[in-house]
Amino acid sequence: MPFNLLVLACLTYVAFLFLIAFVAERRALSGGRRWLGSPLVYTLSLSIYCTAWTFYGAVGYAARSGLEFVTIYLGPTLVFVGWWWVLRKLVRIGRQQRVTSIADMISSRYGKSSGLGVIVTLICVVAATPYIALQLQSVTLSFGVFAAAGTYGWALPDTNSTALWVAGGLALFTILFGTRNLDANEQHTGVVIAIAVEAVVKLVALIAVGIFVVWVVADGPGDIVARINDSRIADWDLVPSRWAGLIALSAAAVITLPRMFQVLVVECGDDRNLGTASWAFPLYLAGMSIFVVPIAVVGLKVMPEGANPDLFVLTLPLSQGQGGLAMLAFLGGFSSATSMVIVASIALATMVSNHVVMPLWLRLRPARAVSGDVRRLVLNARRFSIAGVLGLGYLYYSLSGGSAALAAIGLISFAGVAQMLPAMLGGIFWRGATRVGAGIGLVTGFAVWAYTLFLPSFGPGGVFPLEVFTIGPFGLGWLRPQALFGVEGMDPLIHALFWSLTCNTACFALGSLLSFPSPVERVQGLAFVNVFDTERAEPRAWEVGRVEPEELLKLAQRILGDELALAFFETAAQAQGTGGYLPDPTPEFLDALERKLAGAVGAAAAHAMIAELAGRARVTVADLIRVADETAQIMEYSSTLESQREELERTARQLREANEKLTQLSIQKDAFLSQISHELRTPMTSIRAFSEILMEGDVPPEMAAQQARIIHDEAIRLTRLLDDLLNLSVLENGTVQLDLRLANLNELIDKALRAAGQTRPERVFVVHRDLPSEALFLRTDPDRLAQVFINLISNSRKYCDAARPELKINVKQRGARVIVDFIDNGSGIPKDKQQIIFEKFTRLTDSARAGGAGLGLAICREIMANLGGTIAYLPAQGGAAFRVTLPLRLEKHPFADAA
Amino acid sequence: MKRRSPVFLARRAYRLRRLRDAARLLPLVGMFFFLLPILWAPGATDRRDTAIDGIYLFVIWGLLIAIAALLARPLGTGEEPEAGEGQERDDSDIPPGGPR
Repeated sequence: MPFNLLVLACLTYVAFLFLIAFVAERRALSGGRRWLGSPLVYTLSLSIYCTAWTFYGAVGYAARSGLEFVTIYLGPTLVFVGWWWVLRKLVRIGRQQRVTSIADMISSRYGKSSGLGVIVTLICVVAATPYIALQLQSVTLSFGVFAAAGTYGWALPDTNSTALWVAGGLALFTILFGTRNLDANEQHTGVVIAIAVEAVVKLVALIAVGIFVVWVVADGPGDIVARINDSRIADWDLVPSRWAGLIALSAAAVITLPRMFQVLVVECGDDRNLGTASWAFPLYLAGMSIFVVPIAVVGLKVMPEGANPDLFVLTLPLSQGQGGLAMLAFLGGFSSATSMVIVASIALATMVSNHVVMPLWLRLRPARAVSGDVRRLVLNARRFSIAGVLGLGYLYYSLSGGSAALAAIGLISFAGVAQMLPAMLGGIFWRGATRVGAGIGLVTGFAVWAYTLFLPSFGPGGVFPLEVFTIGPFGLGWLRPQALFGVEGMDPLIHALFWSLTCNTACFALGSLLSFPSPVERVQGLAFVNVFDTERAEPRAWEVGRVEPEELLKLAQRILGDELALAFFETAAQAQGTGGYLPDPTPEFLDALERKLAGAVGAAAAHAMIAELAGRARVTVADLIRVADETAQIMEYSSTLESQREELERTARQLREANEKLTQLSIQKDAFLSQISHELRTPMTSIRAFSEILMEGDVPPEMAAQQARIIHDEAIRLTRLLDDLLNLSVLENGTVQLDLRLANLNELIDKALRAAGQTRPERVFVVHRDLPSEALFLRTDPDRLAQVFINLISNSRKYCDAARPELKINVKQRGARVIVDFIDNGSGIPKDKQQIIFEKFTRLTDSARAGGAGLGLAICREIMANLGGTIAYLPAQGGAAFRVTLPLRLEKHPFADAA
Repeated sequence: MKRRSPVFLARRAYRLRRLRDAARLLPLVGMFFFLLPILWAPGATDRRDTAIDGIYLFVIWGLLIAIAALLARPLGTGEEPEAGEGQERDDSDIPPGGPR
């Protein structure tokens, strides 16, 4: 097969994946999540467990060690079949706590500790780097196979450059689809779908090669059985410690590998998917391994002596002249490698950005206030981390020179991540597990693993000189890396696994027994361990009333983005029964907000951010009682009293606010009455005076004309005032006649801007618009709507106090509704006034008598109600901001039903 | 002839709980059968029976998958309300599915 054709096929395949990911993201956005989150897709996405190491390496493993390869699949099978024990709990906790990664889970369980997050992140990065290198190697090797077998005698120029290209391409794909959004829960629909497709490709490829081998090369299953028993594979010896140890190791790895945790817990959209995956994923694994031994046996027989059994899946069809089948196998291996690398780098990048970059940034940033665009920071941190992780993988690959030592690295990596098992299982089953214990256990386990397995894997003379292996460091024989404490003759892998996990678990248990947890830890411990029993054993950790909701909104906007944050605040405000966008900062609300933020930046960072605004985090008596389940009735009673008192205080505050508003309104009404009498009186006086002069008769005609004009002008002023009042009462009664027709929003805004230009025409206003987004046709009453726009723009022209005033007009369509935002860069409306600006007779500044009697916004509100929409003040936009929401197609008078 | 119907309340909830027990037991059963080869394979037999060993493993594997699939649907997610959490009495002689 020509090498160029192979590259072309690869590129086409990648383009196809891009397309699928893109379409899936689109579908997810338009709400078509149903099949995207189906159990089938979930199960297929889990298949990233099977990497290139499995796809190619299993056959090689079988050729060397017989049936031992199957242990790598038996462990996960047991874990999934036993999903009722661990997986169900993990997934539930993951959803309830909005866990973003395995580091987040462990940090969150142990009191939202950022230190633990860093340790876990470090372990994961160190363990995953060689694994990623392994994937790059497998892709490079498989390219090499085609190049060598090419009929054109085409040789691969440089394996390093191939690996570099592959790493670069993967980084690009991952950054494009893995860091597009920072939405809650870290779910990446596009990536998951692409992974699911790749899962199908690799299964089909391996089974196709298997069928070809069994029924075409050999003579069916009977022949295969005979061949197996004849081949040298049948000479393999089952080593009991390895057999049991590897089953345990793979079982541990399937839940602690960062990439597995990502698809298993973080991307899990629905608990019910797990029930299906409990049997479907083992089925997939069985499908991936059923033809491994047949391929190995036939390969050993057919291929020339010395051929690399790791590549039989590819070379066997090639040697039989089956170019197409080999191509399919190649794509299968390519899929295995790419899907693993993509998910692993997303998972690691999330950890690095949430547990290393964010805490550092929170600590190093000079000002106390949350400043700058955190969203961009997080996303960029994530992008750089992805590039960094892949870069590390490439570096490892090129430094190790793609040696055969890489083949063993899969298991070494497994043993590394297995160090998180005690902290994880202890965290979800043992309430007594503490942060100190988990920290000591993790560090000890990681150190022992590195000393006994990871560093020795570079071989004698690699990191450790040969003497260290034979006589121990500094001549201390009991510290030999592969014979710790004098235990000799063990398989190195099992030796390392045994000692690292033993020391890890012992330190974890002892540390937990001897240390004392902080209150937050105890509350989180309860929430994790009893995740099914307690309705919501969340810590209500926030003091109330200290924090300005507007500050919270600013923070949320920086992390979640404007739209999401506003929507979240609006829903919360509605749930509390208050309108607008600023809910009361109740403990429940702060808690919900914290978890929402945690979905984007991780629990520890979210906790720290809110703590900065809301002050000291506090664990209430009620929480402590839940923790210390000695039912101290009296304490519970007093805590109930306390919470009732808080409730009363809140109600009282709301009442006070309402009262204040009423008082203010009444004062304003009085003020308005005197104002309006004044307004009515002034023209009346001049009308009376001039008409008296006219009545006396002997006025020169030109003077008479001038006086008549004054009388006329004053009469018009009076009429306008009365019109406004009348208009308002008509609108309020809902008896207004609407003139519904189609109107172009763009033209409407143009018209409003022109008309409002007459207000303070001397001011130069910069208007920012996005014309394409305004190209909407509305069915509404255009004149009334224009009136609202004119009013808002003139207000802005009148009151915006910036030296270089700017006005931003944003138009968005959300389903059947249109949102128009008017945002200027002035000082905005103070919070205490935001409540009353839409009331009648409200004027914020007495000095700026810019016409009007304080009816403008009141009229706007009534018009919008008549048009089936709303107008509201948008807080925290860096100036005065109004949001007009209206239906795209107004069918009938909104009050027609009520009338 | 009327079958003796023992005093038993909340039969369905009871069945569901036993189903969960089964789900918890399944991996232990699987572990037992997967570890069984340790007992016979290294027995230094000269018989070349790797194929048979492999077939044995895949048969156990298939059975586990089948049982898990049978259990998965009625198990749900454990979130469904246990209809009528009643007393458990006299649970010794109820055949699966029981008289209704």
